[in-house]
Amino acid sequence: THTYPLTHTRRTRYYINPYCITLSLCELRHSASLANKVFIQRDYSEGTTCKFQTKFPSELESRIERTLFEDTVKTLNNYYAEAEKIGGQSYLEGCLACATAYLIFLCMETRYEKVLKKIAKYIQEQNEKIYAPRGLLITDPIERGMRVIEISIYEDRGSSGSSSGSSSVSGSTAR
Amino acid sequence: MHLGVSESMRECEYSQISTRSSTPMETPYKKRTPKKRKWEIFPGRNKFYCDGRIMMAKQTGVFYLTLILILVTCGLFFSFDCPFLAQQLTPVIPVIGGVLFLFVLGTLLRTSFSDPGVLPRASPDEAADLERQIDVANGGTGYRPPPRTKEVVINGQTVKLKYCFTCKIFRPPRASHCSLCDNCVERFDHHCPWVGNCVGRRNYRFFYMFILSLSFLTIFIFAFVITHIILSSHQNGFLSALKNSPASVLEVVVCFFSVWSIVGLSGFHTYLISSNQTTNEDIKGSWSSKRGKDNYNPYSYGNIFTNCCAALCGPLPPSLIDRRGFVEADVPQLAPPTNGITIYGSTQSQQSHTSTADMKTLRVVVLASLLLILQLSSQMARGHVSTASPASTIKSSTIKSSTVSPSTIKSSTIKSSTVSHSTASTVKSSTLSASTLSTMTAASTVKSSTVKAVSATAS
Repeated sequence: THTYPLTHTRRTRYYINPYCITLSLCELRHSASLANKVFIQRDYSEGTTCKFQTKFPSELESRIERTLFEDTVKTLNNYYAEAEKIGGQSYLEGCLACATAYLIFLCMETRYEKVLKKIAKYIQEQNEKIYAPRGLLITDPIERGMRVIEISIYEDRGSSGSSSGSSSVSGSTAR
Repeated sequence: MHLGVSESMRECEYSQISTRSSTPMETPYKKRTPKKRKWEIFPGRNKFYCDGRIMMAKQTGVFYLTLILILVTCGLFFSFDCPFLAQQLTPVIPVIGGVLFLFVLGTLLRTSFSDPGVLPRASPDEAADLERQIDVANGGTGYRPPPRTKEVVINGQTVKLKYCFTCKIFRPPRASHCSLCDNCVERFDHHCPWVGNCVGRRNYRFFYMFILSLSFLTIFIFAFVITHIILSSHQNGFLSALKNSPASVLEVVVCFFSVWSIVGLSGFHTYLISSNQTTNEDIKGSWSSKRGKDNYNPYSYGNIFTNCCAALCGPLPPSLIDRRGFVEADVPQLAPPTNGITIYGSTQSQQSHTSTADMKTLRVVVLASLLLILQLSSQMARGHVSTASPASTIKSSTIKSSTVSPSTIKSSTIKSSTVSHSTASTVKSSTLSASTLSTMTAASTVKSSTVKAVSATAS
């Protein structure tokens, strides 16, 4: 089970606290210092829908393979496209909500929120499996107002940093 | 669970705790003090109620007027006209009236209280990164840089994205900065004082539903009050009908004036929705064919039906500002945290920074003299140095959290910048001394901060 930082908003309950939630990331912060941050900006070529640029930033050249990075960004873009898709289901949801004077959202989650939860889970999984072992950390774009994907680059300070690999133990910061 | 990796885990946890507070002693104290919610340190000019659940603009007087007008008119209608109409015609009339009234009220409150789609301001690291990119693009030369815009091609149409100096971001397309609320709002339509909030991406549909249902309600009440008076005057005569229900006269007057404006507004917004434009764009004529033959709206879906459905039944994005979340205590940052606001000469002043104003003043005075030497040597060649303008312009600067003593500026022989609100004439003289106010940046980035200070006044 994952323990999340104590917040009371329905939304933030599901999103990652980027400041260490898994064991490997914990050790990352202990052994490494924040060297740089890379910001992946939005791609507005298709309008106002949420899409991020897939251009590979030069600062990550030595840290991660291009294909892995592009995969991550493309998957995120697909998730956002799914959230903002205008089709049968969103119309149904909109009409139903209007008919109930939007009170239905007190009990039900909007489709957008459901997809955002999926995105949070995906980012956490990516961080654990791919980015943390390479000394990188992705911040969920929702924490930055959906403007950028912030990738923090950590430099190894010392010799420690034995990552516990793919252990799915999540260390909570609040004991 | 932690047996296998106890040592590193414990070490890790211990270091986790220590990074979150400056001394271990503070930790137990910090845990006892209640954490602040994000709405309490929100930099915009909004008012929050119910512990961050409700969000409105600063001036709410007109909103209360709207509310009172609706409540009083409907109240009078239900108490004076409905009994007569229910008897004479049908009891369905008050029922329909009631449903309409509740819908109007619901959509009004929803429009007024929800987040219109405010874009949170950039974190210091983001802003610094953007600055670096802009400098690289400009080639780092020129004391008067071109206005900061980025061009994007959207569906074949070239759109200019402007840089917002208050929020330190490049505004997404269709976003605009509301000067009343001091926020950038996505798909900004307009700031409606009647509703007491901006109308943007997240509450446009509620706003439209509100004015549509209000027009129906107004017409409904108008029609039935007139019916009441006519029927009543058939029975008793016109004057006694008026005497029996004086409230009807008031209702007729209110409704008569409302109908013209609200029905007109509904019609206008119906047109906007069907062509997928915002009020902002329509007023500026961004997509009108008068601007050029090839000018068209890149956001329109092509047909009216899809545009309407997209605007009214599309997915509702979540609020980006997370009002009720808790403020993170220590955020690891690259840039020095405290002077992020003062450097860029914005007009905001956060609560958390006012307490350190005195410290900053001291720092500023000390560093200004050091920076002088660097400034003079680098700027002499460009001939930008001139006599300082009077201290009064410095005082009027809106860098609230750091005040620079006039004597320092005078001795600096650097043109003083007026990072003040609106005086256009002082834009010309603005250059470098804003940089002296940015205490902690290295000399190389001081240049970029002066550029910022300049253009801050221009906007």
